[in-house]
Amino acid sequence: MGVFQMTKTVLRNLAGGPVTRRYPAVPARSCPLTRGHVTIDPATCRSCGLCSRRCPCEAIRIDKEEKVWEIDRMRCIACGDCVEGCPFGSLTMEPEYLPPVVEQCAAERHIITYVKPEKPEKKPAEESAKEEGAGESA
Amino acid sequence: MPERIIVPFGPQHPVLPEPIHLDLVLEDEKVVEAIPSIGYIHRGLEQLVQKREYTEYVYVAERICGICSFIHALCYSQGVEHIMDIEVPDRARYLRTIWSECSRLHSHLLWLGLFADSMGFENLFMRSWQLRESVLDVLEDTTGGRVIQGTCKVGGVRRDIGQEKLDEMHRELDPFEQKCRDLGDVFLNDETVKYRLQGLGIVGKDEAYALGAVGPTARASGVPVDIRETGYAAYGDIGFKPVVETAGDCYARCAVRVKEVYASIDIIRRAIEEMPEGPIDVKVKGTPDGEYFSRAEQPRGEVVHYLRGDGSKHLARARIRTPTLANIPMLVKMLPGAQLADVPVVVLSIDPCISCTER
Repeated sequence: MGVFQMTKTVLRNLAGGPVTRRYPAVPARSCPLTRGHVTIDPATCRSCGLCSRRCPCEAIRIDKEEKVWEIDRMRCIACGDCVEGCPFGSLTMEPEYLPPVVEQCAAERHIITYVKPEKPEKKPAEESAKEEGAGESA
Repeated sequence: MPERIIVPFGPQHPVLPEPIHLDLVLEDEKVVEAIPSIGYIHRGLEQLVQKREYTEYVYVAERICGICSFIHALCYSQGVEHIMDIEVPDRARYLRTIWSECSRLHSHLLWLGLFADSMGFENLFMRSWQLRESVLDVLEDTTGGRVIQGTCKVGGVRRDIGQEKLDEMHRELDPFEQKCRDLGDVFLNDETVKYRLQGLGIVGKDEAYALGAVGPTARASGVPVDIRETGYAAYGDIGFKPVVETAGDCYARCAVRVKEVYASIDIIRRAIEEMPEGPIDVKVKGTPDGEYFSRAEQPRGEVVHYLRGDGSKHLARARIRTPTLANIPMLVKMLPGAQLADVPVVVLSIDPCISCTER
């Protein structure tokens, strides 16, 4: 067997250009399943706290009184357990990686804006019924 | 008699990917004794089992090692499933097998690259890692993570691979195998590689068995041990024969891994062809009460997870024996007689994974 077995591959590689990307100048390769970072939709979160209970690294903190949802990005391992466990679909896993940081930063705060819808009043007032119907269709 | 001197090797050394320290006792340039010491990156992950719920610990188990992450998670989940008498669905077993073999592929290609680098064959190193990248891309496409897959859980797997993706993987396997065979030919047949590796760090079959070697290190010395033969995950259905070499030198250890790359591709191909339909997980209820020794075959050899549950949601004890720990006595046996310049090659030939070992 020859000594120059690699030569063919080497020549092909020379013509082919680099295989790797110049990250972070060029965005990293990602696919729809890539676990980049968790985002929350504060308008649908009902502060049930399941995400914070499921989180294996205690990165998520939720304050039901103050309506605050916090995530510590330094602790989060992007496992996606909270996203799977969220019964209201408020959490999503985005495929983009967050930029690197060099200092311990404060937890990311989100104010939950979800408002519990009023229960329809029992007495059949025409005006209120009309308003609710308009609200639902919107 | 020449004067003896001691040369410290590691924990920081250009060829070592991870910290292990060796005190090499030399006579001129020849090693007469090697004294290893580890303990630079202990993280206390076993203790963490008492603070995380048994379902959450999968994520910790996966982070024991950055290369064989999936197989650690698999081994742990398997242990808990045995304690709790959970029957994993067939499709989950097959998916686990595919991801295990992908892990093995990328680990072996990584090792082949590092090994080529330790010999000074830079081109081969880059080519190996180039091929490894395509395996990582498949892992990312199917699981969402390049090295930490996060798909194994107690009771099955968290993600399915769609039929379209399976077909695509199956199509890509043939060209990929051809590329791997071209690469393997260089490792197995190139004169410079042979000249550097043959007759280096020889350990015989009986000695390897007595020292308790595992994985490719043992198989290169002619000991046919492979935990995949016990048939965990879907290996029992797919059928499997361990790759064994008999020379026991660095070249044999390299040859075992090159041939295991081919074997892994073959296992993935058959797993895709025989993939059953059905659910991918079962609901897990209750808490583990009992103990089990769970074993799995990592790229480096046999890993043992000893798990004991006491009926609470936290396990009482986890003990993890990783393959590198079992192979260090082999390393100590291999080094005497080698030249100082060959030490990096010999050390890498057991594929040391120290962060695994120290957990």
